[in-house]
Amino acid sequence: MTATAPTERTGTEVRLTKISKSYGAFTAVHPLDLTVPGGSFFALLGASGCGKTTTLRMIAGLEDPSSGTVELAGADVTALPPHKRPVNTVFQSYALFPHLDIYENVAFGLRRRGIKSVKKQVGDMLDLVQLGDFARRKPQQLSGGQQQRVAVARALINHPQVLLLDEPLGALDLKLRRQMQLELKRIQTEVGITFIHVTHDQEEAMTMADTVAVMNGGRVEQLGAPADLYETPRTTFVANFLGTSNLIAADVLDASGSDLVLQAASSKLALPAERCTVTPRTGGRLLIGIRPEKISLTHADDAGTVPDGRNRVTGRIATSSFIGVSTQYLVDSPVTAGAAPLAVYEQNIERDRRLVPGAEVVLHWNPGHSFGLDAAQSIEAGTDAGEGT
Amino acid sequence: MTAPSGLSRVTRWLRRNLVVIAGLTTLGYLMLPNVIVTVFSFNKPNGRFNYEWQRFSTDAWTDPCGVADLCGSLSLSLQIAVWATLGSTVLGTMIAFALARYRFRARSSVSTLLFLPMAMPEVVMAASLATLFLNMGVTFGFWTILIAHIMFCLSFVVTAVKARVMSMDPRLEQAAQDLYATPLQTFLRVTLPIAAPGIAAGALLSFALSFDDFIITNFNAGSTVTFPMFVWGSAQRGTPVQINVIGTAMFVIAVLCVLVGQLAGGRRKRS
Amino acid sequence: MASPQATATDRPAPEAPPALRAAARRKKLVPYWLLLPGILWLLVFFAAPLVYQASTSVQTGSLEEGFEVTWHFATYWDAATEYYPQFLRSVGYAATATAGCLALGYPLAYLIALKAGRWRNLLMILVIAPFFTSFLIRTLAWKTILSDGGPVVSALNSLHVLGLTDALGITEGHRVLATPLAVVCGLTYNFLPFMILPLYTSLERIDPRLLEAAGDLYAKPITTFRKVTFPLSMPGVVAGTLLTFIPATGDYINAELLGSTDQKMIGNVIQSQFLRVLDYPTAAALSFILMAAILAMVTLYIRKSGTEDLV
Repeated sequence: MTATAPTERTGTEVRLTKISKSYGAFTAVHPLDLTVPGGSFFALLGASGCGKTTTLRMIAGLEDPSSGTVELAGADVTALPPHKRPVNTVFQSYALFPHLDIYENVAFGLRRRGIKSVKKQVGDMLDLVQLGDFARRKPQQLSGGQQQRVAVARALINHPQVLLLDEPLGALDLKLRRQMQLELKRIQTEVGITFIHVTHDQEEAMTMADTVAVMNGGRVEQLGAPADLYETPRTTFVANFLGTSNLIAADVLDASGSDLVLQAASSKLALPAERCTVTPRTGGRLLIGIRPEKISLTHADDAGTVPDGRNRVTGRIATSSFIGVSTQYLVDSPVTAGAAPLAVYEQNIERDRRLVPGAEVVLHWNPGHSFGLDAAQSIEAGTDAGEGT
Repeated sequence: MTAPSGLSRVTRWLRRNLVVIAGLTTLGYLMLPNVIVTVFSFNKPNGRFNYEWQRFSTDAWTDPCGVADLCGSLSLSLQIAVWATLGSTVLGTMIAFALARYRFRARSSVSTLLFLPMAMPEVVMAASLATLFLNMGVTFGFWTILIAHIMFCLSFVVTAVKARVMSMDPRLEQAAQDLYATPLQTFLRVTLPIAAPGIAAGALLSFALSFDDFIITNFNAGSTVTFPMFVWGSAQRGTPVQINVIGTAMFVIAVLCVLVGQLAGGRRKRS
Repeated sequence: MASPQATATDRPAPEAPPALRAAARRKKLVPYWLLLPGILWLLVFFAAPLVYQASTSVQTGSLEEGFEVTWHFATYWDAATEYYPQFLRSVGYAATATAGCLALGYPLAYLIALKAGRWRNLLMILVIAPFFTSFLIRTLAWKTILSDGGPVVSALNSLHVLGLTDALGITEGHRVLATPLAVVCGLTYNFLPFMILPLYTSLERIDPRLLEAAGDLYAKPITTFRKVTFPLSMPGVVAGTLLTFIPATGDYINAELLGSTDQKMIGNVIQSQFLRVLDYPTAAALSFILMAAILAMVTLYIRKSGTEDLV
């Protein structure tokens, strides 16, 4: 396979088959099958050291897999060195050549493939990333955001079949990061190239990608559309790593109906059976999960106003913090059995002045919003407290 | 509070500028011999030694090669320095890359072997190498000097280049490969240009060390006379003014080169 | 368009393709090829000579009849007993010169690194520039500077300093040339840049905010220097003292040009034994004693100063 640009713009499918990487006794990536559909914006999400960057580098050819194969559009490229693969990378901290100016950085790939007249292409590309006036500057004279755009331009000008992005926005401040997220998404939609994006920022992954693979300890924990991952996490790691989840250990009282009946402390809770990732057993245990923003808070004095059919749990507000769009509460409740308090995010529409620390409250939610997980897992996986375990 | 007296004001000023005064004094100490060398290049000494000021003359400047063997030894020193620089830079750069970029066995032994020549008095190395040459029956001369110079310059080149390569982001080379550069192109277009300042520093250091070396050359030159050996000999036989002329000229040329380089660098940065 | 999927398989993974394995094997050899010529050079022209030297030191014989290995270790004893004054003198002169270099070099390095601002480059050039004039020529210039009738000696005489130094034994007969002072002065001068450059490098790396933080935390300038600046410049101090002390110990040029027979150092002895007397075993034994002494001192020093990552 040669490094010429593909003429079609539908994007190339990337297929990893039983790919793995070990360094001595340490296994960075466990044998993994992964198919990235052509033209998709695909995110590999995980904490540092989870194997996401190693996976990306194996696709680029910068790391030789210990086993398995890499296929681009059906062709096996496992044995090809990086310079013969029709993929390009936007590196972490950009790796712009400090001895070349912006123009030559962007032209680098074209020149290596023996293309003589690069002027028009480079000019167009610099205009696309709005850096036309900076062609003769050196990389170190540019701001972080500008360098990032050069890195993208330098990769995209080659019309790669797949663009790999290794934490491309990690070095930018929050505001610029938001802006570049949208910018990258726009470029991807425009050029239709398959993007594979490695990040540890779950918000970034969800904003940009159509498909997110959550990696942990060298394995893919779950893969799917951002909304599916968020609404129906399949493991405690995913539940905690993607946003915040309240996980409550509960006994299964009745697993026969379409709604499971669970008990945590003295509260009876309902959970639709199809929102449960394990086959529940009467008498067994489950983790019931609920996102903080799906819980409503009602002061204990008004407990009677809570509609029927909602799961309800009692508690006492431990802390509250006002953050503008919402107020975030931590609520101590008997159902947590001494574990972390329950988090509740209330939108600031009508604030109940009685909801202050110390207040007795009822927490209630639509059972269809909760999800059930295998109780054999660590409840803290994927949280800050669970890190390093 | 009362106004400080004159004396205390002086001591306060002295205390505040102590570092500046001490630093500039040291600089004076460093520069003084060069000033003397330059001044005495315009001397017209009585007798063979140029140690006492007699009267102003430009004789030596108009006839710098007027002393037998002086310019011959100078040209020999320059030749040796060029070849020693070339040899030690190539060999040293290769070692530096191996150390900075690869893991291999015997790494610590290699580091020790590189460190020892820098941690050993020159006279020990000089005598040892001369012993080897004597035992092998090698004729002393140009080649033995060159071999010796490459040997002791090598470690300095490795140190200079290694520091530069270590501080270089390995992702730059990966980026080049990712952008279709073959391993050779990656080396020529990315690695080499970025490592160039380190290599240049190593080469410059080699040149200076080789050109100015006396002790090792003294043991391994046989009857061949390099410029430092000429100066050494003249300290016994009589010091011609031309030595000062050449010393001054080298100083001026070097400083001019550095200044031009600085100006060019500064202009490039500004534009 | 295939749907995205991912599964972790627990079946044993297939081996890497043979092309990859061959490439990996070739890659493993690259460092050895890179090392080969340079290391060979050092082994043949640096390490092997030391071995030869070792064997020479236990040989006996004469130039006419040739030398032979007779395991005559007495050479070491003889050399050590005969030339111990020169050994002690070398270490003493070198230590004094090193201390002088540190005392003179530190303020200048500090000035350039932390106070010079836009003058930094110019000052740096001025420090390096003298290098470009052959050091032998510059050493000869000290003969003029310190000459008996010269301004330095006259000034010192009129201040009665030379009377004092004569009494202390570091000068003699109201003159400076051909005395220990002249040799130490020359050594200090010659190796000063080797002290300044590493000091500068380590001082320049210090984040100026650290010094501000020390001031902010109630440290007087002198305390800031003692507790923050100096400890942080330790790598430079250690490197600088080694780069000065080691070559100064083995030097024979300053003693030859600026001293008299009473200031001969061990380098002078080795040089004359080797090049004039042609007593190779004694020269070799002296070299080995010098090398061993220096290695021992340097190791001890590095241990004590706690900076072992110099290489």
